[in-house]
Amino acid sequence: MNIDKRIADDLAANGVSFVTTVPCKQLAGVIEEIDHRDDIFHIPSNKEDEGMGLCAGAWMGGKRPAIIMQNTAIGVTINALATLIQYYRMPLPMLISYRGELREPVACQVEMAVHTKALLAQLNIPAYHFHWQKDVEELDNILKYTFMCNKPVAILTDANFWGGYGDQ
Amino acid sequence: MIRSEILKEIAPILRSQLVVCNIGIPSQELHAIDDQPTNFYMLGTMGLASSIGLGLALAQPKPVIVIDGDGSILTNLGTLPTIGNNAPGNYILMIIDNGSYGSTGDQPTYTSQSTDLAGMARAAGCARVVEVQDKDTGPALEEALASGEATVLVVKCDSGNAKMPVITMDPVVIRDRFMKAVAG
Repeated sequence: MNIDKRIADDLAANGVSFVTTVPCKQLAGVIEEIDHRDDIFHIPSNKEDEGMGLCAGAWMGGKRPAIIMQNTAIGVTINALATLIQYYRMPLPMLISYRGELREPVACQVEMAVHTKALLAQLNIPAYHFHWQKDVEELDNILKYTFMCNKPVAILTDANFWGGYGDQ
Repeated sequence: MIRSEILKEIAPILRSQLVVCNIGIPSQELHAIDDQPTNFYMLGTMGLASSIGLGLALAQPKPVIVIDGDGSILTNLGTLPTIGNNAPGNYILMIIDNGSYGSTGDQPTYTSQSTDLAGMARAAGCARVVEVQDKDTGPALEEALASGEATVLVVKCDSGNAKMPVITMDPVVIRDRFMKAVAG
């Protein structure tokens, strides 16, 4: 299975046509796939809260948005999530590279990993953890759920899901 | 002129357009001067007006006017390269540059000293950047609308705020009536 294509196909099948990204090594393949597709508009952001602003505007303009980012971004987007996405009740699928989990080679990444689920829980943001590649089978349901309830939803994808982080 | 005087003067131009308005006193002033369903008021999230407006302009064809401030642009400077490389012809970013953080007590921003937002927008790749004095805002805004080109309009004006009530409308109501106006 080409996991990058599978993710992009699920986004497109759920009508997601506006995707903003801040890169992570683990997300390089899916970002490249989205950049090449005609059915998804890709706009890179310089910072993840900026990206959430873009997504909020795109949704009010009639497009279904998504953001692709690293879990460190939770640290810079809490205000945007609480006072924009949640306060105005907007849907936002967040495909998140879950750095600092099993098979992570960079110790500093663990420092945000240990806070990631707690911060999402504190914000009452539904979170799904993809650890095995077959977990991607849930993505279609998660996207449907997100646009049903108009909430931000986190999909945490760790190094094991992506097949290791370079050294395996 | 201060921001509220400019908003009063350009209200007839804004009335028929989609407007994304910056957090705090700018939104309170616009709401009090001429509340319209085509206005999206930011009640929080400093810095993201330009980004929300850009997403909106990219998603649909109607013109979008963002009313932003120098302090908010400085908070989210990464927005300028994103605008410079992606903004469609229906996008107008109007930065009311009064050299101060108006909503928090008029503390000076760096644009009151050496920082030049128009120059920064040009350096970020924005092709049509216009800087005007407060009294020339209306004609410059109409020109920007007529140009059909993405425009960054920097309006230099005095620091100061009008005393206006806080917006008590529910955010979901603001968003819902705005989305209906966008689709209508």
